[in-house]
Amino acid sequence: MNVSQNAPLLEVENLLVHFYTRGGIVQGARGVSFHVGYGETLGIVGESGSGKSVSVQAVMGLIGSPGKIEGGDILYMGRSLLDESGRKYVRKVRGKEISMIFQEPMTSLNPLFTIGTQITEVLHHHMGMNKSQARERAIELLRLVDINAPEKRLKQYPHELSGGMRQRVMIAIALACEPQLIIADEPTTALDVTIQAQILELLTDLQERLNVSVILITHDLGVVAQMSHRVAVMYAGRIIEEGNVDEVFADPIHPYTQGLIKSTPSLDKVAERMVSIEGVPPNLVTPPAGCAFSPRCTQAKDGCSEPQMLTAIGNDRHVSCWCAKNR
Amino acid sequence: MGRFIFWRLIHGLIVILGVTVIVFVVTRMVGDPVQVMLPMESTLEQRAAFEKKLGLDRPIFIQFIDFVEDISRLDFGDSLWQHRPAMEIVFEKLPMTILLTVVGIGFACIIAIPLGIIAALRPGGIADRVTVFGSLLGLSVPQFWLGLLFIVLFAVQFRILPTSGSTTPSHIILPALTLALPTLARLVMLVRSSMIDELNQQYVKTSFAKGLPFVRVVGVHALRNAALPIMTLVGWEAIRALAGYSVVVETVFAWPGIGLTAIQAIEREDLILVQAIVFTAAISVVLINIAMDFIYKLIDPRLKLI
Amino acid sequence: MTPTKVNNLEQALTQNQYEWLDKLKELGQELLRDKAGLIGVILITALVLMAFFAPYISPHDPTEQDLSARLVPPVWYEKGTWDHVFGTDHLGRDVLSRSIHGSRVSLWVGTSVVFMAGGFGVLMGLMAGYLGGRVDAFIMRWIDTQVAFPGLLLALIILSVIGPSLTTVVVVLSLNGWMVYGRMTRSAVLSIRQSPFVESAEIVGCRWPRIIFRHILPNLTSPLLTLAILEFARIVLAEAALSFLGLGIQPPATSWGLDVAVGKNYMFMAWWLVTIPGSAIAITVLAVNLVASWLRLISDPQEREKQFARHMAGRMRRHLKLKNEKESARS
Repeated sequence: MNVSQNAPLLEVENLLVHFYTRGGIVQGARGVSFHVGYGETLGIVGESGSGKSVSVQAVMGLIGSPGKIEGGDILYMGRSLLDESGRKYVRKVRGKEISMIFQEPMTSLNPLFTIGTQITEVLHHHMGMNKSQARERAIELLRLVDINAPEKRLKQYPHELSGGMRQRVMIAIALACEPQLIIADEPTTALDVTIQAQILELLTDLQERLNVSVILITHDLGVVAQMSHRVAVMYAGRIIEEGNVDEVFADPIHPYTQGLIKSTPSLDKVAERMVSIEGVPPNLVTPPAGCAFSPRCTQAKDGCSEPQMLTAIGNDRHVSCWCAKNR
Repeated sequence: MGRFIFWRLIHGLIVILGVTVIVFVVTRMVGDPVQVMLPMESTLEQRAAFEKKLGLDRPIFIQFIDFVEDISRLDFGDSLWQHRPAMEIVFEKLPMTILLTVVGIGFACIIAIPLGIIAALRPGGIADRVTVFGSLLGLSVPQFWLGLLFIVLFAVQFRILPTSGSTTPSHIILPALTLALPTLARLVMLVRSSMIDELNQQYVKTSFAKGLPFVRVVGVHALRNAALPIMTLVGWEAIRALAGYSVVVETVFAWPGIGLTAIQAIEREDLILVQAIVFTAAISVVLINIAMDFIYKLIDPRLKLI
Repeated sequence: MTPTKVNNLEQALTQNQYEWLDKLKELGQELLRDKAGLIGVILITALVLMAFFAPYISPHDPTEQDLSARLVPPVWYEKGTWDHVFGTDHLGRDVLSRSIHGSRVSLWVGTSVVFMAGGFGVLMGLMAGYLGGRVDAFIMRWIDTQVAFPGLLLALIILSVIGPSLTTVVVVLSLNGWMVYGRMTRSAVLSIRQSPFVESAEIVGCRWPRIIFRHILPNLTSPLLTLAILEFARIVLAEAALSFLGLGIQPPATSWGLDVAVGKNYMFMAWWLVTIPGSAIAITVLAVNLVASWLRLISDPQEREKQFARHMAGRMRRHLKLKNEKESARS
């Protein structure tokens, strides 16, 4: 890890995102705060609907109708992305300094354009390269992500490649303009386990070599443990625990995190009944005012109906629960 | 690719054969051609002589073979009305109809595609609702009536465009617009729904995430994918325009194409010329269909392998 | 609607009857929600009633000539009278009465062609889809060939050879119009044919007519209905075009297209002769198209959701815009 500066690369403060749907106003993000340092990997875990994708899409400025950012701030290199000038700045930053990889490599690439075109168009737009420069760089990028015969690949179409290769191409596109931050939204969920391992290895390797920061979104705790430096756990549109990944996994404080870790089956324990967290996540149209996890929490108290805030414990550890006060 | 061309052409030939049979049947067997073509006062001998001349006294099968032979040389005989080879007349008038169709479809595309894209960008918005209702209206108005309205409005009331004929370039505007109307209505609906579908696809989100400009994402990435059904519709509309609407529009505006000629030939009971026109129209339809299949393959690389 | 327990056959039959009524009620509510569809249905009903009761509600006999009252303008002009609300043509015939009677022709032609072409087309499609093999190949080639034909031209030729009349127009339009039903039915049959319930019916020993009519056909009704309505609109326009060109309905019968053709000659001095019948065509076809859109909407739940989402998105956008404007006005 190569943390060269003290200020974080990306800082999200109290992000509020609302979606105006026919069922009501869905609060996708209810005051999300996290930060990513230079050269570090932040893993964001949570169930479907916990707000992981919404938060990072807000960072990229990809929240479209019927969604709207209703509050909070996003600071990239100290500069706000949500104010007047910020919104124009986002357009320059997006794809160049902050890039994104999506879950479904099958559908993330345009089926009618060659791989080469889809890589070089980013280079043309952001870096102003001409045709031959862009082609050179594209080949370089494909080699970087371990794709063989890169010259041939440039002329191929997405449907001619396998899922794993398509995801590598996505990573190559994300790396094209030497970004500071890569956001990977469940990059391996749609892939076979063996390919998963390869892609993760690739990402880790690239991250170390190029000193790129990564936000890795996943619901797979194993992936987080393998790759991240820090982890943030999300539930019902909020971050409920956050800290160094080894510390959090070794000693989870928030009951939800504890539940998550307990429900991960282990290879060395004797096969017992699988543990799960009872209940279902709350409806985000009418979220509770207090802790959203309390109906399912084994350690719930009266104080849980109060809104919980992220409290700091020790160095760089935050938990959104009264039980943090006891530490 | 070669195999595809081969089978496609065979398929086209089969259809043309079918067209030939039907043209033959319709003009020979429905009604009595001799009666239609000769003046009423002809004597029995004159009729017999005419029959012999046309070869109508020979068995049907042989007549059909003769017919096919003649057609393959594009010899339909002489027009009863103008007393010169029917195909000559067709070749004279065909370019005018093609011109009208091309300009008409061109108008439709130029207006419909941007309109459809704008409507798709804000579904439920004002542009969207106006577009949908407008196209519904456009499909409900009879073309001949629209043509007449245009004439009354623009040529008489406002006196800016000529009423009929084809002598100056501005003569093509009103007929082309009239021809374009149903195509425009259908096209705008299709562009809108195709673009709405495409804009919801994952690759569009990826393209935005890559930081590409809005115009490129919508106009290049999304539009290319939407182009497939759009091209198909444009092909169908070209066919309908060439072979169908042109008759009405040319009649209203006295545009000298094969549609107007067909009507005139029918009025004068010139079955030979009519046959020639129908055959030509049918062949054009087949050719346009084949062309469309090829264009389709060119646009969509996924189909190349099949 | 929870299904109640059925004790005997009688109850089963009566229960089914009520289900049908309930469904109709649901449809009615849906219709009230979609204003465009509602207008369409109201207009169509009005038209049908008008066509039915034409002889009783038209002020004059449509063929009655009155040479002393030629080219009278509509009532809102100086020279107009309430006797001829929409004026008269060059033979003194009342335009309103002609238009009312014209609706009979359009509706009659539309319905007959839809039934004839639809019936034949669906039959062919069922055979092609279900029997497959050579039957399928033959029918499809036949359809391809007929489709290649310039429809309007062919209709014109046939009509000129056999002589135009109400019956021949219906026959010719049906001959030209069955293919689309055939293709649609065939593709629907092909997709349903793979489904497990048809397979099990075959295993049990059902013969194919029964399978087709009891199992496959009910699934087709919804798209078929929408198609039929759209075709109805197209046929009305086609008949009008044929009559306009002189090869459709012949005088002394009335048809909207015919009236426009006749009025064309006096277009510059008596615009109402062209506009009134033309508007009648446009309104009729528009109403039918509105109903068809509405049907397409309710038969596809996905479309309904999308429509609602778009509607709400539009409303939300306008609401937010107003909100922003108010806020900036305040600040």
